[in-house]
Amino acid sequence: MNEIYVDLAVIGGGPAGLASAISAKESGVEKVVVIDRNSWLGGILPQCIHDGFGVEEVGKSLTGPEYAEMYIKKAEEKGIKFMKETMVLSFNKKLQILAVNKKGLYTINSKSIVLATGCREKTRWHALIPGTRPSGIYTAGVAQSFINLYNIMPGKKVVILGSGDVGLIMARRFTLEGAEVAGVVEILPYASGLPRNVVQCLEDYEIPLFLNHTITLIEGKERIEAVTISKVDENMNVIEGSEKRIECDTLLLSLGLIPENEIAKTARIEIDDLTGGAVVNQDFETSIPNTFAVGNCLQVYDTVDVLSIDAKTAGKYAGEKLVYGGKEKFNCIKVVPGNGIRYVVPQKIDRTGKVIISLRVRKPGENLTLVIKAKNKEIFNKKMPWVNPANMVRMEFNVSEEIFSYESIEVELK
Amino acid sequence: MRNFEVAIIGGGVVGCAIARELSKYDVRVVVFEAGSDVASGASKANSGVIHSGINSPPSSLKAILCVEGNKMFPLLSEELSFPVKWTGKFVIAKNEEEVDELERLMETGIKNGVENLEIKEGDEVKKLEPNISCFSALWIPTAGITSPYEFTIALAENAVENGVSFLLETEVNGLNKKNDIFSIKTNRGEFKADIVINASGLNCRKIVSMVEEPDFDIYPCRGEYLVLDKNYRYLINSMIYPVPVKEMGVLGVHLTPTIEGNILIGPSAEFIEDSSDISTTRKMMKQLFHEAKEILPSLPEKGVINAYSGIRCKISSAGEGLADFRIEESRNFRHMINLIGIESPGLTASPAIAKRVVGMISNIIDLREKRDFKVRKRKKRFSEMSVEEKSIMIEKDKRWGRIVCRCENVTEVEIIEALSNILGAKTLSAVKYRCRAGMGRCQGGFCTQHIVRIMEKNFGMKIKDIKLKSPNSYMFCGKTREENE
Repeated sequence: MNEIYVDLAVIGGGPAGLASAISAKESGVEKVVVIDRNSWLGGILPQCIHDGFGVEEVGKSLTGPEYAEMYIKKAEEKGIKFMKETMVLSFNKKLQILAVNKKGLYTINSKSIVLATGCREKTRWHALIPGTRPSGIYTAGVAQSFINLYNIMPGKKVVILGSGDVGLIMARRFTLEGAEVAGVVEILPYASGLPRNVVQCLEDYEIPLFLNHTITLIEGKERIEAVTISKVDENMNVIEGSEKRIECDTLLLSLGLIPENEIAKTARIEIDDLTGGAVVNQDFETSIPNTFAVGNCLQVYDTVDVLSIDAKTAGKYAGEKLVYGGKEKFNCIKVVPGNGIRYVVPQKIDRTGKVIISLRVRKPGENLTLVIKAKNKEIFNKKMPWVNPANMVRMEFNVSEEIFSYESIEVELK
Repeated sequence: MRNFEVAIIGGGVVGCAIARELSKYDVRVVVFEAGSDVASGASKANSGVIHSGINSPPSSLKAILCVEGNKMFPLLSEELSFPVKWTGKFVIAKNEEEVDELERLMETGIKNGVENLEIKEGDEVKKLEPNISCFSALWIPTAGITSPYEFTIALAENAVENGVSFLLETEVNGLNKKNDIFSIKTNRGEFKADIVINASGLNCRKIVSMVEEPDFDIYPCRGEYLVLDKNYRYLINSMIYPVPVKEMGVLGVHLTPTIEGNILIGPSAEFIEDSSDISTTRKMMKQLFHEAKEILPSLPEKGVINAYSGIRCKISSAGEGLADFRIEESRNFRHMINLIGIESPGLTASPAIAKRVVGMISNIIDLREKRDFKVRKRKKRFSEMSVEEKSIMIEKDKRWGRIVCRCENVTEVEIIEALSNILGAKTLSAVKYRCRAGMGRCQGGFCTQHIVRIMEKNFGMKIKDIKLKSPNSYMFCGKTREENE
């Protein structure tokens, strides 16, 4: 067993992990190490060869690899240490991390931990699609890595289920590589990816988008041969007689992402069932003191830009807490999602001052108001010209001492 | 070598059990399997239950071989290193009327030689299974669970270690006999054998009809399953069965814990035309959930993480009730042994069937026991090792320190060993069923790419030849861009 002592360990070297490591280092933390199980840094970004990364954050449109490179360089310059091809197996409340790589097992004793473990894709079984179990069914991200990282083409005639961003981007990618994309099938009445991706990835290439549709059958004994798509009513029940058979040799699934928190669970960190990520306060600190959660393992972000902004906030706070001690704390109050809101991050607040609340609404709407209430008393509101579950809502909220007389505050959409 | 003394058609659990039993003797044996690995059909897709023997009529082959097979599992599991767990089983009576059925089952069980059967009152059951409500239940402590594919793979690999030849992706498409020698036509050429064992499961009629007019029909009966997430393993401790559905000749939708810690719901029972149609259907998924909820009211809606189906090889139709196994020499072709209608409890009975078949073979040829018969010791998995053991392994070979499948913590060494299996099975499923890579919650989202790289780099496999599970289940259509162009 190898013993290592560090000030701050970041688990996961994707954009969230790198951004928080850099910020922590800039706050004066001495020994910062980033642990990643891949042989590369940047997480999923190296396979995202399309552009559009960095527009909000740095004001220019970069490709995934370029965006990643920007952070990797900076991290290297700052003297952050990397442990690549290293898999964290578990950690505990004493902030000891058990990790393994080809040199052996490690105990990494840390004073602070940032969890940046990312997310995974939902599979066929999250949607329980009936039919056979042939080859040729891929999640969109896996297909993307095969094409962009490994030069391997999964198939030639593709149907995509789910209109999440990765699905939309892969519709374009397959088309550009000469495959035929027979359509993107979405159970909701609207696309679940960003509107700009619907235009740039589907409309520009005349790829049909079947809204209010789902796949009700997979055919093919060995390789997939066809799918049946069916219309659904407003309660998402399949409408009999609306079936349409589409021949294909590949089915891509873009059903959404799930925060990956298996490592967090080894230390019994409190998890929010609504986000699938850790329960955190306004500074991204979890139920274990000096352990933070950032990036897609906390909540699935729309863009890497916003993800990095939050990760920097967390890294900065984690660093300052190590170097100077934390800010003044109050009793912890809960932030609860109310009417029309699917989830809220942070789930708790324990200090005064500026706080950014991220949330997702349940369904699209126009001319609404977001309201924060404490015991039926409205303490904050924000007009929303339009809202959409696909677009994360962010609002800045100034926490005054007064709200700590309540047990919780509720966010709702009116 | 193309001349064998015994040729076995079918690498399911029965064919593999016979091959392994024969490998104890000095005899040249070949197994033909049409799929890309053993356990490609019903042997993989079932409940994984080691039955006690209460369900078949006394003195039937099903009863005798099930009870006998059940008793062989403890030793087999030791000799072959596959998992077995004796969870016991409850057959529950929902109301007073169903209690009669429990008594009938108990009586049958006692006649069949099943030990320690006991009818427990509802409140007593509640103590052992807090989530189950019933009037009373029959407790069968000798029922257990196993991993059906690990068992079949263990049988096959141990048979090969002891000299049996296995030919995968080899389909038998012709059979005839001349001068006491069978000639077997396959897609890989012709083979000769003195004795042929037809253990081809659902294809048993097809094989028989190559030599004579069969005196039976096959009624394929599909059973669908739902798999619950491991998070819900606490819901039951033992198997929970309803009283059997007599009209269909099946045991009814039941709840079975698996070795991995999931719970299976199923199987349904539906007679179908196409014996290879292993689809799952929306209708049955709903029905299974509904029926399971009657047994286990606290079943969570969101708990289902997978679905599959298997086909029972029935030789009686819906109204005809139970048919027995048929293990017999062909009427017209001596030395051809047919195994017909091997359905549930075939997995449990398989080692006893093998003994019986080998007994029949010993009447035909002289079987001499080998002195150097080897048992099979499975290596400990990385995920099963202590921290010290892990450290020692990485020091010996650094590839133990590279985790390929993060959900199940499977290392590079284990993937390479799985791909180097003695059977030569090289599909992604072959890897999954040997070392669990790709079996976890992300269903291969992270490790598939890495396994594909290992297949390319370490085994020289071409991208186009990489398959999911069967001869034509190709994964890719080729390179995105050809290199050096």
